[in-house]
Amino acid sequence: MTKYLVKRFIAMLITLWLIITLTFFLMHALPGSPFNEERSTSEAVQKNLEAHFNLDKPVPVQYIEYLKSVIQFDFGPSIKKSSQTVNELLGRGFPVSFELGFVTLTVAILSGITLGVLAALRHNGLIDYMAMTIAVLGISIPNFVFATLLIQQVAVNWELLPVATWKSWRHMVLPTLALATGPMAIIARLTRSSMLEVLTQDYILTAKAKGLTPAKIVLKHALKNALLPVVTVLGSLAAGILTGTFVIEKIFAIPGMGKYFVDSINNRDYPVIMGTTIFYSTLLIFLLFLVDVAYGLLDPRIKLHKKEAK
Amino acid sequence: MEAPKQQESQRAGVMDEWFVPKKRTLGEAETVIRPSVSYWKDAWRRLLKNKLAMVGLVCLILLVFMAIFGPIISPHSATHQVLQQQNLPPSSEHWFGTDELGRDVFSRTWEGARISLFVGVVAALIDFIIGVTYGGIAGYKGGKIDHYMMRFVEILYGLPYLLVVILVSVVLEPGLFSIIFAISITGWVGMARMVRGQVLQIKNYEFVLASQTFGTKTSRIIRRNLLPNTMGPIIVQMTLTVPSAIFAEAFLSFLGIGIQPPLASWGSMASDALPVILSGDWWRLFFPAFFISLTMFSFNVLGDGLQDALDPKLRR
Repeated sequence: MTKYLVKRFIAMLITLWLIITLTFFLMHALPGSPFNEERSTSEAVQKNLEAHFNLDKPVPVQYIEYLKSVIQFDFGPSIKKSSQTVNELLGRGFPVSFELGFVTLTVAILSGITLGVLAALRHNGLIDYMAMTIAVLGISIPNFVFATLLIQQVAVNWELLPVATWKSWRHMVLPTLALATGPMAIIARLTRSSMLEVLTQDYILTAKAKGLTPAKIVLKHALKNALLPVVTVLGSLAAGILTGTFVIEKIFAIPGMGKYFVDSINNRDYPVIMGTTIFYSTLLIFLLFLVDVAYGLLDPRIKLHKKEAK
Repeated sequence: MEAPKQQESQRAGVMDEWFVPKKRTLGEAETVIRPSVSYWKDAWRRLLKNKLAMVGLVCLILLVFMAIFGPIISPHSATHQVLQQQNLPPSSEHWFGTDELGRDVFSRTWEGARISLFVGVVAALIDFIIGVTYGGIAGYKGGKIDHYMMRFVEILYGLPYLLVVILVSVVLEPGLFSIIFAISITGWVGMARMVRGQVLQIKNYEFVLASQTFGTKTSRIIRRNLLPNTMGPIIVQMTLTVPSAIFAEAFLSFLGIGIQPPLASWGSMASDALPVILSGDWWRLFFPAFFISLTMFSFNVLGDGLQDALDPKLRR
């Protein structure tokens, strides 16, 4: 276990280093400089600006310096929003994005599992068909399309909920709904199919023969085992929700990290693009790592170090 | 043998000459009268029985048909601006209405369909070429080569897909081929992993050993022995790659770093429709939203159906 964790941790660091390097050189491969605007600056000002943003040194030196500062979690100043650092932007945006992401993930997991279990228990029944229809629609409709449709119908036509921004729980309903539907659909389908498989196992028959109540059989014996495949996809689902926040925050004008990221892309504010990309990647890779470890802990049949031997 | 038979027929009062014994030939006894059902025929038969998958297939055929002929049968061009006819609701003149620059939404929708389907199909083909080659070599060679090739894949697999796509699109000149490049740059990893796993399994079968003892070249063994036997999962993977590529393109275009105006894409059309939904111009959003969802729905259910149909374990 420890050996696996160390190996996995080293792989994580390599991936992160690769991302930082890739981002850095991609940004520096671009023609022109961020200061090439219509507003012409004198040569002295240009020089000062470049010195301020560390752009006057050769690229390898800049790369080393950037690596050094990233290790200390310092992503440097923003070029377009003067007097703001990337860290300040992240510090302001992250709590909001985290709230949105966390609520969404919770809603998606709870509703997805409920839907999947109900569908499996009433296999080929009405609930099953309804649940699977919802699941197929949830996978097919892109989240940004669903979000705009929700705004049009619920917020504009019916005037039930606010159109945008992030203030009370009523503002949270539509963005969460738009973002949670896709992951919910995936979880529901997975839970249903693994639940169907588990319900045919001998130990379920044993539990029935022992005269346990149906509720206890489903919750304690079936669901516990059926949820393992769901745990494996949690990492990639979290990734989907995270990237989903870019568009959802843009659509609903939520002042989160995703909105800053999209703005920085449109403004070509490279330090912010680099900083947010690295921050997001770290978050995601760490999540995937946690999911892997959790999977090993949950299922005694899986030995993490044996997985490596394959 | 002869005697009791004659007796029996005489007993029943039936004339012997009514019956002529059929001549037995060796070849005939060996032939199977029912045509053998091949893997592909059986899969196709099971796919035909899957109603949802068939709905998906029919929708896809219609979508492809309209993507080809939609812009041709429309009387308006997709990029022609008529400033007197801004934001018109659907009518007999403009079937899907017009946008804020007076462009015909019907024509733009099918231009968008062309781009979406093109991106999806080309991305799936690139995944196929790179993923199958890479996975095939890694799985067949095994050992150290496999180990290092898969380490590389694992690192790529750890990169968040849409973040890489966004990053690469920001750096490249915006355009159709940049989008496809950005989508494919890490998209093939899933295919490579799947093919490698399959090849690892199949390469230990006897027919591969037989091929090897005949001295067949590695590339030929991979092409003729290993790949045809993994074609099922490969096709499923490709069918499911298409909607994710279409989603990625729409996502990029929605963020404004994908397809650039005056070209139309379903993602950029939905993005353009955002400011006007408050004024109740529903058709601006509805048509691109409906058709992108229909396309993704069709590919997803067809992929699911293929997965069931091509699974040899479910074969009857």
